[in-house]
Amino acid sequence: MDTILNRRTALKLAAGAAGAAGIYAVYPGRRAFAAASEYNLAVEKGRITVDGISSRAKMMGGSVPAPTLRWREGEEVVIYATNRMDEPTSIHWHGLLLVGVMDGAPGFNGYVAIQPGETYTYRFRLRQSGTYWYHSHSAMQEQMGMYGAIVIAPKNGEKAAADRDYVVVLSDHTREDPRRVFANLKADPGYYNRGKRTLMDFFRDTKRDGLDATLKDRQDWAEMRMDPTDLADVTGYAFLVNGKGPEDNWTALFAPGERVRLRIVNASAMSFFDVRIPGLPMTIMAADGQDVQPVRVDEFRFGVGETYDVMVMPREDRAYTFFAEPIDRSGYARATLAPRAGMAGEIPALRPRTVLTMADMGMAHGGMDHGGMDHSSMGHGAPADAGKADHSTMDHSKMGHDKMDHSKMGHDKMDHSKMGHGGMQQGGMQHAMPASPSKSSTPPDRAVGWGDAGTRPGEKALAYADLRSARKNDDARAPTQEIEVRLNGIMERYMWNINGRPFGHDEAIRVKYGERVRIRYVNTTMMAHPMHLHGMFVELENGQGERMPRKHVTIVPPGQEVSVILTADEPGEWPFHCHLLYHMEAGMMTRFVVGPKEERKAEAK
Amino acid sequence: MSRLVSLAAAALSLALPLSAATMSAARAQSPDHGHAHLIWFVEAEQFELRHSAHGESFAWDVHAWIGTDDWKLLLKSEGALPTGGPLEEAEAQLVYSWRVSDFWDAYAGLRYDHRPAPERGFAAFGMSGMAPWFIEVDATAFVSHKGEISARVEAEYDLYITQNLVLQPLVEVNLSAQNVRERGIGAGISDVELGLRLRYEIEREFAPYVGVSWERKLFRTASYARDEGESSGELALVAGVRFRF
Repeated sequence: MDTILNRRTALKLAAGAAGAAGIYAVYPGRRAFAAASEYNLAVEKGRITVDGISSRAKMMGGSVPAPTLRWREGEEVVIYATNRMDEPTSIHWHGLLLVGVMDGAPGFNGYVAIQPGETYTYRFRLRQSGTYWYHSHSAMQEQMGMYGAIVIAPKNGEKAAADRDYVVVLSDHTREDPRRVFANLKADPGYYNRGKRTLMDFFRDTKRDGLDATLKDRQDWAEMRMDPTDLADVTGYAFLVNGKGPEDNWTALFAPGERVRLRIVNASAMSFFDVRIPGLPMTIMAADGQDVQPVRVDEFRFGVGETYDVMVMPREDRAYTFFAEPIDRSGYARATLAPRAGMAGEIPALRPRTVLTMADMGMAHGGMDHGGMDHSSMGHGAPADAGKADHSTMDHSKMGHDKMDHSKMGHDKMDHSKMGHGGMQQGGMQHAMPASPSKSSTPPDRAVGWGDAGTRPGEKALAYADLRSARKNDDARAPTQEIEVRLNGIMERYMWNINGRPFGHDEAIRVKYGERVRIRYVNTTMMAHPMHLHGMFVELENGQGERMPRKHVTIVPPGQEVSVILTADEPGEWPFHCHLLYHMEAGMMTRFVVGPKEERKAEAK
Repeated sequence: MSRLVSLAAAALSLALPLSAATMSAARAQSPDHGHAHLIWFVEAEQFELRHSAHGESFAWDVHAWIGTDDWKLLLKSEGALPTGGPLEEAEAQLVYSWRVSDFWDAYAGLRYDHRPAPERGFAAFGMSGMAPWFIEVDATAFVSHKGEISARVEAEYDLYITQNLVLQPLVEVNLSAQNVRERGIGAGISDVELGLRLRYEIEREFAPYVGVSWERKLFRTASYARDEGESSGELALVAGVRFRF
C-alpha cells in the first residue's frame, strides 16, 4: 500500500508541475516485480480557473484535463481508480480495445459504477497504438472536467518521426451545473440559442433575397416548427485547450523547421469545432488513433469524441494561432505554437455562423417524412423547377452513403462554402451547382448548410471521404446484414433516441460473434450526431475501398445517411450512443450486443 | 383572501418538499444514463402592475411544474388584486398532463375559482402545445361543480426582434355554453383579451416588460356588466417581470 500512496502523491505532484507548463505527462515508477505498469487515479471534486475565473470541477488525477496517460502498445496496465466524491463515478477508456468489464460504462458488460470511497482496479493489455482518451461515463461528470488523453506508443516506434509531440485536448467548460443545463434544455430547448432568427434578420434577408423568398423561407421552417439556427444546444461555454481558456493561451514551443505532432482530442460535451492554424497547413496522420494516409488540409471539422493526429512544420520564427471555432461560433478555443514562451499570434475573426437548409432537414433522401415539405424551398426561394433539377444533379442518395461532408456533394468540386457565396446569395440554387465554382471569389460573408465552415476559396477542409487507412482493412468479407440505426429527436421536448426508443426502453442491437455487418445511420434530425460504438472500430464507407478509415466516432450530419462496416469481433454488450453528452443523457443510446465466441464455434460445427 | 392564502399554502406544501429535495441535490435527477429525469420549474408568465382608467391592480399568471418527458404535474394560478381593493379574480388549477404527440400535451385536472364570487370548482380538460408558426396554444374545457360548461383558448407568439428583445402578442378567448348570471357570464363568447408585451431578456429567467392589455366583455356578458354598472371593456398599460426558476 505504501508504494501506491507514494505513487499517488508523485502523480499529483507530476500533474501539478506539468499543469503549470501546460503539458501533462505521467511517468510513474514501475514495480520491479510486476509486469504491469500501475497507476492511481483519484476522482475528486475541486476547482479550476479558466481565464481568471474560478469554477467547480470534477477531476481525475487532480487536474483538468486529467493527466495524459502515456503507454506502450503491448504492455499491460493496471489503474486503481479511487472515488473520492460523494456520488458514483466511472472511467471509460474511449477507443481502447479491451474486455467488456474494463470498458467502464456502468450498466454494461457487468461493470458497476465506482461508489464513493471505493477503488476499482482496471487491468488490460494494450492491443493498439495511437491517440485516445478517457472520461467519466456517469451523471454528466465529463462536462465538469473528467476527461484526459491517452497516448499509446507503437511497439516498433512511431512511423512518422516528429521533433515535438504535443497533446491538445479541446473541451467546452460551463460554470453551470450540467444537471441545470439539462433541465434548462428540457424546459426550453432554445434556452441557450443566442443566434435565433430575429426581425432584424428578416429585414436583412428581405433586402438580400427579396420579400417573397424570405417569407417563403420563414414559412417553410415555421410550418415544420423547426429552427434553422439550432446548431449547438448549449452555449455559455468557455472553450479550452488543455484546460486553458483563450486568455490563458496554452502555448506549445517549436524551433522553426521542426516537425511538430499535435494529438488533438475533442473532449467536449457538446461542441463540434472547425480547427485550423492560419498560415500553417496541417497534415492529418491519424484519425481516431488509427493511421491514415497523410492528407494535407487547412482545416477540419472535429466531432465530439474524435481524435486527429496532425503534423505541422512551422518554418517561420513567429507565433501561430491554433484556432478552434465551435460551429455555432459562440466563442473559440485558442492556443499558440511559438518559438518562445510568451508570444501570441493574431487571433482571427470568427467566421459566419451557418444557417441550416432544407437539405439538412433530410429533404434529400427517404430519411424522413416529406409530407408538407416543398422541394422548391431548397434554394432559398429558387424557382421550383430549378430547385428540383439541381437536386437531382446533386445526387444526394450517394452523398449520404459515401461522403459525409456537405462540402463534398457528389463530387469534390462542390463546396458548399462556394455555393453559399456564388449561388445562394444570388438567390438561386441553379447558380450554385456548376462543377467548378469560382475559386477566385472572396471569402463568403455567410454560410449556408451544416457542412459549411466558411472555408476560404482555395483552402482545403478535410472531408470524411479524404480519410484513407494507412493499412488495408483486415476483413474483406462483404457484410451479411445491414442494420438501420435511425437517429431521432424531438427538439421541442429535447428528447433524443435511437430507432424510436430512448435508452431504458431500447431494443438492443444483436449480432453474432465474428459477423460482418453494415450499420446504416439515418439521421432524421437537424443536428449532427457523433455516433460512438464502444469496444470496436468501425470502417467508414467513404469510398476508399479496401482502405476504409477505422473510426470509433462517426459524425452523421443532419438529414443525412452514413454507413459503416463492422467486424463484430469483441464479444460483449457495448454502449452505442451519440457522444453529445446531453443527447446521450436524454436517451440517445442503446446496447450493441456481440454474441459469445462459443456460439459461433458451435454454429460452425 | 384567507381561502387564497390557504390555497397558496397548499400549493407550496405540494411544491416545497419536491423542490427542497431536488434543489439541493439534483435539478434533473438522473441515474447513470438518462431516462426518467425528474425536472421542475416555477414560471411567471405575467407578474405585473396594470394601470387603466379604472385604477391600478396587480395581476399574475404563474405556474409550477414537475415531471418527465412523458408527464407533468402542473399547478397554475392567475388573478388580479386591485390596489386598495378586495381580490377581483383568483383561480388555481392543478392538472396532470401527458405527452400525446411531438408538439402536444393533453391534460386533465381541477380548477378552483375563488373570485369572482361565488366560488366555483371545475373539472378541466385540455390540450397545450405548439402549433405551426411556433404559436403556443392552450385550449381547455371546463365543467363546473354545478354542471356549467365553459372553455378557454389562449394563444401567444414570441417575436424575437433582437436576441434579447421579444414582442409577445397574446390572445385569450373565453366561451360559455350557458348563462351563469350570478357570476356575470353570458352564453357564447363571454370575453376576449388581447395583449402585447415587449420584454427584454436580461437572462432567459428574468425579463422585465411593458405592454398593453385590452379586455372586452362581449354579448350577454357585456350586458350583465352594464347591468351591474361596470364597464364592459378595459385598456390597461402593464409593466412587470417574467421570471423562471
